[in-house]
Amino acid sequence: MSLDKPYMDVPGTTIFDADMSRQGYHLNQFCMSLMKAENRARFKANERAYLDEWPMSEDQKEAVLARDLNRCIELGGNIYFLSKIGATDGKSFQQMAGSMTGMSEEEYRNMMVGGGRSIEGNRYTGEKK
Amino acid sequence: MAHISASVYTSHIPAVGAALDLSKTAEPYWQPVFKGYEFSKQWLKDNKPDVIFLVYNDHANAFSLDIIPTFAIGTAPEFAIADEGWGPRPVPKVIGHPKLAAHIAQSVIQDDFDLTIVNKMEVDHGLTVPMSLMCGQPQAWPCPVIPFAVNVVQYPVPSGRRCYMLGKAIRKAIESYDEPLNVQIWGTGGMSHQLQGPRAGLINKEWDQAFLDKLIAEPEKLAATPHIDYVREAGSEGIELVMWLIARGAMDDVNGGKPLTTRHRFYHVPASNTAVGHLILENN
Repeated sequence: MSLDKPYMDVPGTTIFDADMSRQGYHLNQFCMSLMKAENRARFKANERAYLDEWPMSEDQKEAVLARDLNRCIELGGNIYFLSKIGATDGKSFQQMAGSMTGMSEEEYRNMMVGGGRSIEGNRYTGEKK
Repeated sequence: MAHISASVYTSHIPAVGAALDLSKTAEPYWQPVFKGYEFSKQWLKDNKPDVIFLVYNDHANAFSLDIIPTFAIGTAPEFAIADEGWGPRPVPKVIGHPKLAAHIAQSVIQDDFDLTIVNKMEVDHGLTVPMSLMCGQPQAWPCPVIPFAVNVVQYPVPSGRRCYMLGKAIRKAIESYDEPLNVQIWGTGGMSHQLQGPRAGLINKEWDQAFLDKLIAEPEKLAATPHIDYVREAGSEGIELVMWLIARGAMDDVNGGKPLTTRHRFYHVPASNTAVGHLILENN
């Protein structure tokens, strides 16, 4: 019997549950390795070679190289782990979050200053805005 | 006997820590956030506890995906500050209270809550940002702190109901401790925010304000809120708010005691990606 996952119809949102965590284990552990300064330096020196040390899927490696955080999340990444890549790149959490929305950095920042993304039209997939 | 004198609730946004550490608190963007905590800093000086029991979550710092404890109690004499990728925050190390922490673990586990006991752990912004907001930038924190980490990163996270009941068990444990310690319990995280996907940046002020109202007046009803309501209404990371229910469940009024006093309430949008919420509730 499949488990109840009532969060599948929330738009633009991937819930990091046990299934996603299983798929993303090595991707997230790679991110975790970037908490050490020497690993950050080795990763920056040759990203592909560093990624090849991890038993990640080719899709996961390509998503990291492209810094495509939405794709990383689709492949089992979790934002708190992925933020270590952002830290390595010198990005703030706001820059990382904004990069997933299709908005420019300035547009995203202005949206937040203006009170954030409205909940109206953002509760259910396919809901009319 | 030990007792709980008050509970504090606050967001623990990392950018707030960075603003403090980089001396940006006077900037127009940050001024209103820190203004909301001016009362609280004075209040904490005037009402200094012997121990703070601090409920927070680790953000992939102390715990990787190797081990994911749902509830972890820090029983160490001290806790170092984690390097989250930007270098450790320049704040004092956290001094624990191993004796009280061990006592609470013993009591709460016997009350059917299966805590993970952690004798070595670094603490991240989830714990240090609330300390900074409430204490400013001292050379040493004003009292020992028992870190209590809740998994709200990987689903399923504990339910609001379970958190609320755990708060009651923690209260019972503290009240059976022989020394006459004045303990505060803090619940941290939230409020509405989403850090991932195309819906990142979600804020829901009405839901947040209703959460604050219910936390004060109808906590038991609030504890019945299912996970999906947090996710849908307050964003995928808004689920952190279940941790506030642990602190709330430990207060006098919901354990056969007197009504509490709301000493302070503050709400502001935004701090980085997040709505800031803050309450101080006192027992009488």
